[in-house]
Amino acid sequence: MAEAHTGKRAERRWPDAGIHRIPYWIYTDAEIYAREQARIFKGPSWNYVGLTAEVPVPGSFRRSFIGDIPVVLTRDGDGGLNVFVNKCAHRGVQFCQKQRGTANEFICPYHQWTYDLTGKLIGVPFRRGLKRQGGMPAAFDLDDHHLQRLRVAERNGVVFASFADELPPLEEYLGESMLEYFDRLFDGRKLKILGYQRQRIPSNWKLMFENIKDPYHASLLHVFLITFGLFRADNPSAVRLDETGRHSALISAKGEQKATSDTAEMGRFKADMKLNDAKLLTPVKEFPGNTTVVMQTIWPNIIFQQQTNTLATRHIVPRGPGAFDLHWTYFGYQDDDEEMTRIRLRQANLMGPAGYVSIDDSEVMEFSQDGIAAFPDNEGVLEMGGYDTDDVDHIVTESAIRGFYKYYREAMDL
Amino acid sequence: MSRHSATKTDTALDRMDRLELRLQLEELYAEYAHCLDDGAIEHWPDFFADACSYMLIPRENYDEGLPLATIRCESKGYLKDRVAAVQDTALYAPLTLRHLITGVRVTEIAADHVKAEANFAVLRTQVDEITKVFLAGRYIDTIVFEDGQLRFKEKLAIHDSLLIPNSLVIPV
Repeated sequence: MAEAHTGKRAERRWPDAGIHRIPYWIYTDAEIYAREQARIFKGPSWNYVGLTAEVPVPGSFRRSFIGDIPVVLTRDGDGGLNVFVNKCAHRGVQFCQKQRGTANEFICPYHQWTYDLTGKLIGVPFRRGLKRQGGMPAAFDLDDHHLQRLRVAERNGVVFASFADELPPLEEYLGESMLEYFDRLFDGRKLKILGYQRQRIPSNWKLMFENIKDPYHASLLHVFLITFGLFRADNPSAVRLDETGRHSALISAKGEQKATSDTAEMGRFKADMKLNDAKLLTPVKEFPGNTTVVMQTIWPNIIFQQQTNTLATRHIVPRGPGAFDLHWTYFGYQDDDEEMTRIRLRQANLMGPAGYVSIDDSEVMEFSQDGIAAFPDNEGVLEMGGYDTDDVDHIVTESAIRGFYKYYREAMDL
Repeated sequence: MSRHSATKTDTALDRMDRLELRLQLEELYAEYAHCLDDGAIEHWPDFFADACSYMLIPRENYDEGLPLATIRCESKGYLKDRVAAVQDTALYAPLTLRHLITGVRVTEIAADHVKAEANFAVLRTQVDEITKVFLAGRYIDTIVFEDGQLRFKEKLAIHDSLLIPNSLVIPV
């Protein structure tokens, strides 16, 4: 695994060519990483933190992350959603160690400072001292020592939070076209959590976004997508970006397993490959229209996945410039019958750390980081489909990656 | 399984004494590990009964009763498809694995099946890297006697580590 590039350098300067050239120091530089945490994840962004189905009743909580900052999502006694940092206001202890559960309050194990479900400090042992000795100064006020509480937004069961005081409402932040794809997956029906997968990928977090914004690779790298026509350049497809370029969606409709003039350049297409058990891929039509794939990337930390009937959120948690964790939460809907749940679980074999499709991605991201790490002053080329960030009705383009970097440069002032 | 072979199965397991059963189980797990590490991966499905299931599941899902697996195989066909992915379709960095299977415990002996549990640790060695612990966990298995061999009818591999170091290509 590559070490962060921290050597002496001149002030970082983006290549003059613009967003179709990506300097490799953005993937390796520790100062850039620190700036991302401050300006992006702690900046004016709505960060995904979890699903309301994970905190169904008053007292439910779930650990989560914003950037690499540990937070807790709770449902309080009034049913409200709260997000606060997982760091005691006293001495910085990460007090919530349990992944999920229910609690009436949070008590830091070190000195038992006690917080309610909204993150307010409600008790400090020995505050008045013992036997008239010690204790907090008279000026000590509980109200000065609440957990840092974040702004929270929720839509159709998905919870976002922000460290910023000023930012647009979630719907405006997503923008009209992205909201449409969001509401397609999260249509207001109650969600049913099917389970989790987690992996640590030894590459920079932005390579994950690039991967899901890059439909060009999908028709070349992924035997399963190409061979079974699940996502392929000759299927009806589209790439959509929001107005800022920071969010995007790759959209496609399933095709057939057949060789065409277009598959000639897809070296990994296997015309003869058959599954021994075809149940794995048996699709059920469940969304309006012909679209069977929507891979939506929402700035700065979440991917929403619909591939046929396997639905998931993929939450990106950066771990320094050279690694990130990917937390997958698979879900269905409360009104799914048993057979539908089984279908989702079977198709999950495509995804995650052992997924027939996703293995290729996580491995290639490691190869990318390994290649990039020694060459921080080199640049990547992003010219497929031209130089701009337009919406297109095909997937032979890198426009969504260019859009991401257009906004990234603004956010980072690079 | 036909009625005839079911009868054979009963007799075979009935006749086996505890020591012999233990030796056979030890051999089953040793051969299983060898197949995944140094053997021919295409023989992996042969360790399973004709009607079988294999699930590799994160401990957090197992403990909370959540059904999602890391690998879900509902039939022998799924196992063969997993082998095909390892051999032909998946892209991954060259790796060497070492499956250490220890602490085999027999938890139930019935006329037609045995239940056993065991610990596993998987070490992974990759190019330019020192050997690292890749995964640890336990098996909860149901084993039957089929075609003169002990075979897994249900194999549940529960991995303790929630975070998988990048990808998991070879089954556990």
